[in-house]
Amino acid sequence: MNALTEAPSERLLAGLKHLLAAKGIATEEEIAARVAQTDRASPAQGARMVAHAWTDPEYRALLLRDGAQAAEAMGIAMGGLPPLGVLENTEETHNLVVCTLCSCYPRAVLGYPPFWFKSPGYRARAIRDPRGVLAEFGTMLPDRKRIRVVDSTADYRWMVLPQRPAGTEGWNADRLAALLREGDMIGVTVPSAAPSS
Amino acid sequence: MLAPGTPVRVRDDWPEARGPCHIRTPHYLRGRQGTVVRHLGAFRNPEDLAFARPAPTLALYHVAFEPRTIWPDAGGDEILVELYENWLEAA
Repeated sequence: MNALTEAPSERLLAGLKHLLAAKGIATEEEIAARVAQTDRASPAQGARMVAHAWTDPEYRALLLRDGAQAAEAMGIAMGGLPPLGVLENTEETHNLVVCTLCSCYPRAVLGYPPFWFKSPGYRARAIRDPRGVLAEFGTMLPDRKRIRVVDSTADYRWMVLPQRPAGTEGWNADRLAALLREGDMIGVTVPSAAPSS
Repeated sequence: MLAPGTPVRVRDDWPEARGPCHIRTPHYLRGRQGTVVRHLGAFRNPEDLAFARPAPTLALYHVAFEPRTIWPDAGGDEILVELYENWLEAA
């Protein structure tokens, strides 16, 4: 490709990569490795962590104490990333995560945020009317359950550890992981042994 | 360091009215009273990092608020937010 046919964005990217290498900030290989890591990140990673926590009490304790260490223990690279906090849903309390300021999201374990997570509507309404937002996701919680909205504003990233659904007794971690959707780990939905769709 | 259970008030300050800035304290919490839940660690002040200024390290806290003290029609039972020490004052 020459200067006449390549797009301005490609020239800009090549120039940036050249400067990063020349200044000793990042090599071509390091950039490629980080791009590959970002592409691998998906809700399936978070689902593996949740399913493992459901079947191993020691791992569950680690996950709640230090989410980043728990991710590393599952082979997910967390170096240089913000700390990961994990919020446990219980019989008494349901957690819902929002970033009212922008779109902070635990990308290493859940991948790119869904489009609605970044929308002004979700960000404004989740904090003020969480039950209304949950209802629109088809999530009806009992009135007695406390709803805690976690506004992700600063240096942590937050993931929800959902309650293990009834009817999954004896299931192994792989089968449990297959139940989980990204919304379950944001707190807009809850997993079910018999998903409606 | 603030102990869990300490009542705090978020400073009623609006730097965005004075000029360019980068703030991680949501507007809806300015001037509101909450309770420290836990110390989350120490991090460099993002308000300085955003402008490539020397950034001091600040304590970061999880602070809980009662939603109905902010909005009378609020539907949740608790709002939990990360706030830096420079935004918190004794309540």
